[in-house]
Amino acid sequence: MGAPGADGAVPAGAGPDVLLGEGGPGATLDLYGRPSWARRTASLAGWGACMLATGLIGVPLIWVIYGVAGRAVPHWHWSVITETTTSTGGGGLANEIAGTLVLMAGVVVLAGSVGVLSGVYLAEYAKGSLGSLLRSGSEVLAGIPSIVLGYVGYIALVIGLHWQFSLAAALITLSLLTVPYIAKSTEVAMRQVPTAYREGADALGLPELTTLRRVTLEAALPGVTTGLLVAIAISLGETAPLLYTAGFTDNMPGLSLTHAPVGYLTYAVWTFYNQPSTAFQNLSYDAALVLVVLVLLLIIASRLIVALTQKHTESN
Amino acid sequence: MALAARQAPPAQAPAARAGGRGRLAWLRASSRRLTGERSFLRYATGVAALLPLLALVGIVAILAAKAWPAMKLNGAGFFWRSVWDPGNTYGAPVKTDGVLHPVGAHYGALPLIVGTLASSAIAVLFAVPLSIGAALAVVEKLPRRASHVLGMFLELLAGIPSVVFGLWGILTLGPVLSRDVYPAVASIMPDVPVLRFFRGDTGYGEGLMTAGLVLGVMIIPIVAATTRDLLRQVPVLTKEGAAALGMSDWEVASKVSIPWVRAGMIGASVLGLARALGETMAVAMVSGSLLGTVPANLYGKMGTIASTIVQQLDGAFSDGTGFAVRTLAEFALLLAVITLLTNIAARLLVRKVAATALPVGRGV
Repeated sequence: MGAPGADGAVPAGAGPDVLLGEGGPGATLDLYGRPSWARRTASLAGWGACMLATGLIGVPLIWVIYGVAGRAVPHWHWSVITETTTSTGGGGLANEIAGTLVLMAGVVVLAGSVGVLSGVYLAEYAKGSLGSLLRSGSEVLAGIPSIVLGYVGYIALVIGLHWQFSLAAALITLSLLTVPYIAKSTEVAMRQVPTAYREGADALGLPELTTLRRVTLEAALPGVTTGLLVAIAISLGETAPLLYTAGFTDNMPGLSLTHAPVGYLTYAVWTFYNQPSTAFQNLSYDAALVLVVLVLLLIIASRLIVALTQKHTESN
Repeated sequence: MALAARQAPPAQAPAARAGGRGRLAWLRASSRRLTGERSFLRYATGVAALLPLLALVGIVAILAAKAWPAMKLNGAGFFWRSVWDPGNTYGAPVKTDGVLHPVGAHYGALPLIVGTLASSAIAVLFAVPLSIGAALAVVEKLPRRASHVLGMFLELLAGIPSVVFGLWGILTLGPVLSRDVYPAVASIMPDVPVLRFFRGDTGYGEGLMTAGLVLGVMIIPIVAATTRDLLRQVPVLTKEGAAALGMSDWEVASKVSIPWVRAGMIGASVLGLARALGETMAVAMVSGSLLGTVPANLYGKMGTIASTIVQQLDGAFSDGTGFAVRTLAEFALLLAVITLLTNIAARLLVRKVAATALPVGRGV
């Protein structure tokens, strides 16, 4: 594409005849000094394909949401979110919804504390080869398929430690999956906190814990929040690591950490859709709809929270 | 921070050092610094940072310990056999090479390896062109508002649970494709190598092609978002220079921006591939779950390693010798190794371009 530079230098007022002699086959400009027909066609075709691709990405998304809503809405009853599932497929999804919320809260507490602390260490203290070893270990863990974690959780926690299907086994398995995301986003956010903040805190003689709590971690809050939200989204949507660790029950989740299975929404979708009874099938569609709505709420909430935390940290 | 703390003695130290009591106070202060909250913080966070690595080692160790007897008995032929026979789980078990197993238990991984690789390849071939096209349009052509809308779309697509995609695939997409699309495609494809796989029995919408397409939709967010973020890092001056030479905006996009981030784009695609290889629930719902046979064409029923683990683990416990569970551990180990290598390759490629924050997170 070196040629158009020379051609493009032709004064704007120059008539077609100036260029007439230069224009041969494969010329990059046409008689009027515009890009040649071939170049304009390529440009049009290229952008057309890109626009088409952009549009095509929207098709499956809208189709999925429409398909789920189309199956769930016609027979929707509000009792779906107030009653627990019965063994005949009647009732609703209250126990699954509560179980999913408990799992989310547990992941925020367990994976949140480990992940944030780990991110702090990686950003503030981890140097050299130890740091890169810890970082790559965390990244590799994030890449392990969730079903493999579910298998190990089942073998090690449910059977090995005799916890049976339980909240503790499910939470630990889900935390293995989510800690790397929280640690990474915390680390990245803390690295972006200006060194001057730390030097200022040091000059004021602030203890290190106070510096962390009131200065660096507070400034990194938007990043930490993003990591936590990703973890919440994962605990909302994952099935494979929970099937063999959380088990399933028709009862509302209790307080015991072990020896008590927990119901959750994705289980209902996965198990009920090919049951012979239409009551179960309808519950499956309802669960899918509730999941999609929760994802939507989560995305909206995350935008609000990130906007709020950003404002908060900037005003400081 | 640590460095600054080490260099600077406490502010009152010079004055305090004059008298004996002051010296004691200074000593106490410095010992508090050494053993007090400073090291507490360092150790507490250090332990937390060590946990993922320990967990990783533990996971691999548990898998390897569980899988070792199965690996011994299944041998190397495991990787190219096409068979799935749990054996006679009701009869008396036998011992071969010191490994207890039911009579006639015989497993092969080839159909599942083929299923895993083929469905992920279809997903990548489907998702990558769409993702790159959309990323180009959003970064180089469309107004900012369109970019927000696409960002929202990608976030939603990344957030929708795998089982919901599976439900859509089996109830909506599969039937539509097998009724309106697959027969038409199968009837026009010529009987030549490669394209031959598009011919033949088109089935009822459960199978390789449907699984690949659903996977493709699921990996669009990660590929598109990563590519978009990479394209945004192309320096404006370089693009303006190209435009000043007379290039049209399409030529700038295709001949400057794309080559600029090529390695990163390949990395993004491999990141998507890694996601597709490990995806479980959606595939388990739309694959048709065929064991022990390599699918004959692109519409055939199949299974992937991940989908088979999730579907077979429950039943594997009916094998009292534990051999079926051990074989599944071997599959889990195999899957972990495959995705691990893919992820490492992807991250090396992406890091080459994006030295700063890697776009981790599920897609967006």
